Amino acid sequence: MKKLINDPRAVVDESLEGFGLAHADLVEVQWDPVYVTRRGGAVQGKVGLVSGGGSGHEPLHAGYVGQGMLDAAVPGAVFTSPTPDQILPATQAAHGGLGVVHIVKNYTGDVLNFETAAELCAAEGIDVRTVLVNDDVAVEDSLYTAGRRGVAGTVLVEKIAGAAAERGDSLDAVEAVANRVVANVRSMGLALAPCTVPHAGKPSFELADGEIEIGIGIHGEPGRKCVGLEPADVLTEHLLTPVVEDLGFEAGENVLLLVNGMGGTPLSELYIVYRRAAQLLADRGASVERSLVGNYTTSLEMQGCSITVLRLDGELTSLWDAPVKTPALRWGV
Amino acid sequence: MGGVTVTALDAAWADRWLRECARVLAERREELIELDRAIGDGDHGENMDRGFRAVVAKLDEGPSESVAAALKLAAMTLMGKVGGAAGPLYGTAFLRASVAAGDRDKLDGPAVEAVLAAARDGIVARGKAEPGDKTMVDAWSPAVKAAATPADGEAALEAAASAAEAGAQATKPLVARKGRASYLGSRSVGHLDPGAISTAYILRAAVTAAVSEISAGDVE
Repeated sequence: MKKLINDPRAVVDESLEGFGLAHADLVEVQWDPVYVTRRGGAVQGKVGLVSGGGSGHEPLHAGYVGQGMLDAAVPGAVFTSPTPDQILPATQAAHGGLGVVHIVKNYTGDVLNFETAAELCAAEGIDVRTVLVNDDVAVEDSLYTAGRRGVAGTVLVEKIAGAAAERGDSLDAVEAVANRVVANVRSMGLALAPCTVPHAGKPSFELADGEIEIGIGIHGEPGRKCVGLEPADVLTEHLLTPVVEDLGFEAGENVLLLVNGMGGTPLSELYIVYRRAAQLLADRGASVERSLVGNYTTSLEMQGCSITVLRLDGELTSLWDAPVKTPALRWGV
Repeated sequence: MGGVTVTALDAAWADRWLRECARVLAERREELIELDRAIGDGDHGENMDRGFRAVVAKLDEGPSESVAAALKLAAMTLMGKVGGAAGPLYGTAFLRASVAAGDRDKLDGPAVEAVLAAARDGIVARGKAEPGDKTMVDAWSPAVKAAATPADGEAALEAAASAAEAGAQATKPLVARKGRASYLGSRSVGHLDPGAISTAYILRAAVTAAVSEISAGDVE
């Protein structure tokens, strides 16, 4: 394992320390327990938005704290959900009097910890709504698994719900728009090579030379199958087809297309994937109205990518276009 | 028992149990990481080690006043420090166990069964797993069943720990249906469930804490 770290146990704290210093104009890092808030804290009279999850998916989630997106983010240990004693104060810090929406990826650990935290928040008198993101179509038979995972679509939920909160929507309305994004967003990913969790010191799974894993979650855990390497155009089709079919796609739809890097794949390759995905969508009669290409939901240094498609309508498009000013996403400000 | 004595399952035992958990889980850290790496994400050993190190730090502040107090201290610390699925699951288990221990000074056989059953019920309520899903329930469930017969507390613990070990080993051929391993489907077959294994270590630690060398502090 070769990593640019000091002590494997200090990775999350030292990284957050640097993050706080680099973006001191936008965020504040709180210690003991650890969470990240928008600089200046909760905005009074605005619905609060909190997300969180394991570290190692940067810029998810702390990178999306700021105007027009999250009010607080709760980072756990690497690939491990945060704990209720972090989520409670983060929620209190995000509470501007109108309640708070928790945006939670559907992973067993995240769900259990946020569920426990929501009970604690309710006991403190904060109205908390939980929106579960489960955009990953790779998990085929949800009956016999923990259900579909929340992956890169989470960024779109956070951006759009954040814009709704920023324009002054009520708690019910922010929750509803977040759920509308969840209902209309699907993703699927692949890994060319695994990543190494610093404290484990070994790759998180094995892939032989010439093998790739199709349908991974954001920790590299598999969903569908291990297959041989193929050209980018073929792999893009493997990812896009199930996504579009699951959306129940019809010609004439407007979509947002996100090609997300897992952390170890160059932007040039992501654009090759984007090129083919856009062609395939055009073949199906879809109009790609908005796009995003880059490392937005990563798995440390994993090589690979995911494709996310969101079905847009006028309101979702305008919320997507609304100003956002965070360390990792910024436009219109 | 020749040089070995069985101590009462009292507050001092509960503190020794938690310290023994920390010792064993630190020792088994790598093994649990390796088991979890195979079918999960490789953090179970690290998380359990971190959680129980924090429990020991709390215990160092002073001895627990009761079995219930020790179990509650463990519950709150694990919930706060472990994260992942194991944090809320073990946290809930120890919290429910603490409530079941109530104001008893020490646990006899029926009390051991009641405490373990409460822990298992807490895990089932939070995680919604059933026996056969390839989770820690596959260790807890036989443990509770085995603890039902002996009237003596230490014998009940011994029966529970042995049954948990057998239950954990029996997860190997199962297909995971809960947690991150469930995404592997049939590819999870042939691997032990890390949560079931850590459960077996935790219950064995309870026996080790009960069967101790005679020393001034331990004699009744």
